[in-house]
Amino acid sequence: MNDRSGITLTINGRDHAITVEPRRTLADAIREDCGQTGTHIGCEHGICGACTVIVDGEPVRSCLMFAVQANGKRIRTVEGLANGDKLHPMQQAFMDHHGLQCGFCTPGFLMLAVGVLEREPDISDEDLLDVLSSNLCRCTGYQNIIKAVRAAAKDMRKG
Amino acid sequence: MNWVGRAIRRLEDPTLITGQGRFTSDLPAVHWVRFVRSPVAAGKLRKITTPKGAMVVAATDLIGVKKITPILHKFNYKPVGQPALADGMVRFTGEPVAAVVAASKEEAEDIADQVEVSIEEMSSVTDARAALEPGSPQVHTEASDNVILEGKVKTPDFDAVWKNADKIIAFDARSRRQNATPMEPRGAHASYDASTGRVTLTCTTQMPHLTRTAICDVLAFPESDLRVIAPDVGGGFGQKMSLASEYVVLVWLARKLKSSVAWTEDRRENLIAAFHSRDQYARLEGAFDKNAKLIALRSDIVANVGAYSCFPTTCGVEPLMAMAELPGPYDVQHYACLARGVITNTCPMAPYRGVSRPVVTFLLERLMDKAARAFAIDPIEIRRRNLIDKFPYKSAMGLEYDDATYKETLEMAVNAIDVRAFRERQKDSRAKGRHLGIGFATFSERTGYGSSAFAARGMDITPGWETVIVSVDPSGFVEARIGSSPHGQGLRTTLAQIIADEIGVTPEMIKVVHGDTDRAPYGWGTFASRSLVICGGATLIAARKVRAKLIKIASHMLEAAPDDIVLGDGLAKVAGTDRTIAITKLAREAYTQTYRFKGEIEPGLTETAHYDPPGTFSNACHVAIVEVNVETGHVKIERFVVAEDAGRIINPMIADGQVHGGIAQGIGNALLEEIIYDDNGGILTATLSDYLPPTAHEIPMIELHHIETPSPNSITKAKGLGEGGCIGAPAAVLNAINDALSPFGVEIDEIPATPQRIRTALRNAEAQNER
Repeated sequence: MNDRSGITLTINGRDHAITVEPRRTLADAIREDCGQTGTHIGCEHGICGACTVIVDGEPVRSCLMFAVQANGKRIRTVEGLANGDKLHPMQQAFMDHHGLQCGFCTPGFLMLAVGVLEREPDISDEDLLDVLSSNLCRCTGYQNIIKAVRAAAKDMRKG
Repeated sequence: MNWVGRAIRRLEDPTLITGQGRFTSDLPAVHWVRFVRSPVAAGKLRKITTPKGAMVVAATDLIGVKKITPILHKFNYKPVGQPALADGMVRFTGEPVAAVVAASKEEAEDIADQVEVSIEEMSSVTDARAALEPGSPQVHTEASDNVILEGKVKTPDFDAVWKNADKIIAFDARSRRQNATPMEPRGAHASYDASTGRVTLTCTTQMPHLTRTAICDVLAFPESDLRVIAPDVGGGFGQKMSLASEYVVLVWLARKLKSSVAWTEDRRENLIAAFHSRDQYARLEGAFDKNAKLIALRSDIVANVGAYSCFPTTCGVEPLMAMAELPGPYDVQHYACLARGVITNTCPMAPYRGVSRPVVTFLLERLMDKAARAFAIDPIEIRRRNLIDKFPYKSAMGLEYDDATYKETLEMAVNAIDVRAFRERQKDSRAKGRHLGIGFATFSERTGYGSSAFAARGMDITPGWETVIVSVDPSGFVEARIGSSPHGQGLRTTLAQIIADEIGVTPEMIKVVHGDTDRAPYGWGTFASRSLVICGGATLIAARKVRAKLIKIASHMLEAAPDDIVLGDGLAKVAGTDRTIAITKLAREAYTQTYRFKGEIEPGLTETAHYDPPGTFSNACHVAIVEVNVETGHVKIERFVVAEDAGRIINPMIADGQVHGGIAQGIGNALLEEIIYDDNGGILTATLSDYLPPTAHEIPMIELHHIETPSPNSITKAKGLGEGGCIGAPAAVLNAINDALSPFGVEIDEIPATPQRIRTALRNAEAQNER
């Protein structure tokens, strides 16, 4: 368990050279080795999706990926969504539509929705609901999350 | 400019959507803790064998640490203490037995796996009815019959009225065990400061001050030496308002090691050991006169409270709330109830959003539908005949209901639905083998109650009031320090709206400070739909005091009569003139130019207020339309309509969000969520693929309609609404399922109504018919 490997995680464009045990999850590495605590851990068994990040363009549950598997890959987390002070349309929409309450699941929902919409900008409402049902939120009852993501999808299409 | 009543965006959001929120598990620590937990439900702890060189703390190390022993002075309550770590006995699967301390989480987990706990297993009991049987295993010697408290009530003349009933409708119902399941599991970080000898405990709590009091009580050190911080907290729903015994161990360790220690619960620990709720049996009987008017109500409630009594409410919270509030929104003056709390070898019960009211509303609304059927009248009609419509109304339990709109919300929801058209569609669908149903739930939600309501329960620790300190600093920015401890409810925004209207600045200039015992005044935290009413009330009073002082200062500065000064848009103005002065300037003067006031105005601009109201009642009508697939037992909610009245709404966007979230949890309670124990007291639902909070798929779009009836018992006129969604939804969904299944002669009086339960009921009915 103690054979540590040196890897580089590229998070939001910045390289983090770290050494990790093979069993270290990507979620733990992002939070503890790279200090990016915006990614949250809710279940560690791949159900709740709070830890969702984007790895090489795909939304991934970072609790189900080992850090070593992400070596050299491009990782995006909630901290990298905004462009300086300019919020990403998804962040703005979550604020405008009250798509968050306690905010714990929010980073995971943001990354899930952004990842999917970048890949499929014209996704149907029905498919979008399928995608959003892969993460859990206990506060909002989802209605406002769905509204926010649909609104952001429009904005993102406009570019 | 009026800020109250506007759907402004939340001031909380910018940090949370950019990943800058600060949650307990974000903090680094020198030492990490992993708890070793009991693998069995009951037994004598014989020996703990630990790997060489490992630091493992057990009960025997916690010398002088007292048990957590909450007290009720009524209802024949038997105090039982909960040790921070199992002391000689284990009483539920998942009970902490030892704490492993190591340099990292991983190392602590590895060591925990090597700790051998030798337990002489004893027979256990997890079911409350089984625990009531003579000869059942005994959980605590202090309660030989496993009954830890007993509430009893019977109004005068009850028997005589009962005898005169035209019809008695009686049934047994069951609410299965649930877990509040906040998305952030519990966690704590305790850090010792060698220079002051103080410990800072950062933890996922809804009540920081009470956490401080409780921990200092059991560890016997001054409260001034403990600072408790509730940083951003990822949902609580009640699970985080009860004291976690693990926090006691963390503070003890920080003091012992003179260092920092942290613990983050994993989801399995959360599901098996972080407080459960709603595990109740109930028998409900309603006596109706010939006009289908409810004349008397009798109930027997058996609440499974688990192995220990939660702090601070005690385990009386579920049975006693059931007893007090069961009559709900219906006019019935004759009432009898026996409500027992039964201890078992299960995870302790704690309040969960709505506490007993989702269950009692489910009972009462099932009763109404059953009675409607017995009298062959419409479910809407029986509610019209029985809902209270004259206020104030004194309930059979002596609670005073303030102005409410039980009938109006029912009619509003009925109109929104077009029930006649639905009935047509239902008929047509049935002919095609599709089974639709409609279910109504009308209910009241007691909110914002102060210390008098808690005192009625005989609580040794009697919460209720709130304190707020509003100050304007010399730069003109406003800070409100509050004793409530919001964790998703948007209170920083709504309180800022209240203050903004009083002192004439924008909400952006107002910071609400909470969740830090060093910064906030003593208060009771956020739970029981109380914060906007009670903390909001104290905020309003404090802001009015600040306003009065600002006006005094402005009157000096502008040489005008105080009555002529108007505050708004960041300015104090003399009405009818163009003479103004900036509020920021007045604030500056309050500190730096006091000599001008010639002793007539005290220096500074800080005001404190307290508020302790008697309580109020929100109300709502929920209507669910469902389709039940009789082949699979699957229930799809097609439509969900709510007409609600929570008094004055401070921020409609936030209010609606609370209702949505509550309904989603209520739908989870109605259809999906269940903690299941096996015959040996082990838990079968220890992951989120076994215990099922609803996803976006299961929650329909929710249609909301509002009435605003201001409450005379709330100075802001707002009533609370945090729990209502959760209270009404299970009843509405179950009534809808039963309506859908009415052609089959099936009645489901159990939540959650899982596909399996629905199929079993249908199969049993088929077998019955074939006989």
